[in-house]
Amino acid sequence: MGIIKTAKLIYEYARRDEDNNVVETVRAVDEVNLDIQEGEFVAILGRNGSGKSTIAKQMNALLFPSQGTIWIGEKDTRDEKFLWEIRQSAGMVFQNPDNQIIATVVEEDVGFGPENMGVPSKEIWKRVEESLNAVGMMAYRKASPNHLSGGQKQRVAIAGVMAMKPKCIILDEPTAMLDPNGRQEVIRTVRELNRQEGITVVLITHYMEETVHADRIIVMDQGKIQMTGTPREIFSHVQELKSMKLDVPQVTELAYELKKEGIDLPDGILTIQELVDALCQ
Amino acid sequence: MLKDITLGQYYPVDSPIHRLDPRTKLSATMIYIVSLFLADNLFCYLMAILFIFAVIHISRVPLGYIVRGLRPIFFLLMISVAFNLFLTNGEPVYWKWGFLQLTGTGIRQAFFMALRLIFLIMGSSLMTFTTTPTALTDGMEKGLRFLRVFKVPVHEVAMMMSIALRFIPILTEEADKIQKAQMARGADFENGNLIARAKALIPLLVPLFISAFRRATDLAMAMEARCYHGGDGRTKMFPLQYKKNDHLSYLILFGYLLIVILLRFLF
Repeated sequence: MGIIKTAKLIYEYARRDEDNNVVETVRAVDEVNLDIQEGEFVAILGRNGSGKSTIAKQMNALLFPSQGTIWIGEKDTRDEKFLWEIRQSAGMVFQNPDNQIIATVVEEDVGFGPENMGVPSKEIWKRVEESLNAVGMMAYRKASPNHLSGGQKQRVAIAGVMAMKPKCIILDEPTAMLDPNGRQEVIRTVRELNRQEGITVVLITHYMEETVHADRIIVMDQGKIQMTGTPREIFSHVQELKSMKLDVPQVTELAYELKKEGIDLPDGILTIQELVDALCQ
Repeated sequence: MLKDITLGQYYPVDSPIHRLDPRTKLSATMIYIVSLFLADNLFCYLMAILFIFAVIHISRVPLGYIVRGLRPIFFLLMISVAFNLFLTNGEPVYWKWGFLQLTGTGIRQAFFMALRLIFLIMGSSLMTFTTTPTALTDGMEKGLRFLRVFKVPVHEVAMMMSIALRFIPILTEEADKIQKAQMARGADFENGNLIARAKALIPLLVPLFISAFRRATDLAMAMEARCYHGGDGRTKMFPLQYKKNDHLSYLILFGYLLIVILLRFLF
């Protein structure tokens, strides 16, 4: 059993009109079965309203299943006595960098999680230092978050999660509000944490380019898992992805169009280098 | 740059006063205010003046900087002096016209009232000059913890204050953005009388409030995700701890208070 496992997970919410009467129940997540292993880098792809963010919040026990079960490290999220343990072992990074930094100084913000867990002061300092080093933000430890760029703020947020010593990090569209540079910065940091510290990463996004380095991609649409596989497998299905209003990386799309025109190319080209190699053969 | 607004009036230099525990400075301010209200003769006031100037000297905050902080209360000061000067009954009467009169008691009272007000403001602003708002919040949280017995949510209030401090620059920036966006579409914030200008602020405040509520929801979720569950069982990264200088300061403070009380009853 993996670190995150769901069985027939269903989440429904009621849509109400102005008089608070239930108009309809919407099924945001529909019978999802997932099994994420420790150390894996999983990307969950989907357009707006596909249920991907709802799943992320389930993983951190911020939302609870309507039906079915989700286990984090073999603990059922609906069991209240595990609540804080689950939130500690599955850290979460949100979309808006401004709305998740609590303190007025970078290092105090990174220490916020451990403070809540009741970690002794000396140990907090050690953890803060380690996590700031891990995301490469040590030089800014005394800075005010208001003076940082979006990408830097997200790295501080990641450090804040790392200081809680989680087994896995769930990132809910961490790059949606960043410029291209900030996006690269964040994705690079996440990849390093995954490879060097062995942290399980669940990256939720709608930017295809960010999923290229994942071990596994899960494509969601209308609350259901539509496809799952390695990036190469997923990006071979350009037609299906497009029907779900998702874009494939530019190179992949170019290769796909070239192949349609009769040029002999393999399926699922992911990087510019690969395309160059394939064309020059 | 809106981002660079420093909150409060913190004067960033390093001095023994700056390094004191915020709780010490809070109690010092309280004691100083008490001493000002106890004082009722010239010697007490001389003592209080001597004390505050000594502290200002140690704090390395320029005197001119502190005096400038008095400007906003100048008007209030003048009014209270005038009231005391012309409306006090007493002996001897120097001048009388209708209900207005100038008496010896009145002059004395007006003079002491002015001193009291001036040094009250100087004393409390010295605290904000030497303590960052964050330290002040921390100090209040720990120093007022005993109020929890009376069901005062001390930790929660302190947490709200520090979050407010974090978000003030963000919200000012946002207000600025909204204002510019509306000016670009022809909104007029600068012309008209006071009422017209106040009305023009409504379309600015509505989106600002909505965005603030949205941020609050996001922030609450982010805090929960990082295991926040109130003040119980929480540790501090930088716990406040009294050091040698703090103990020394308390000694000096109580010594000072004692002298003021003695002077009051001796003369």
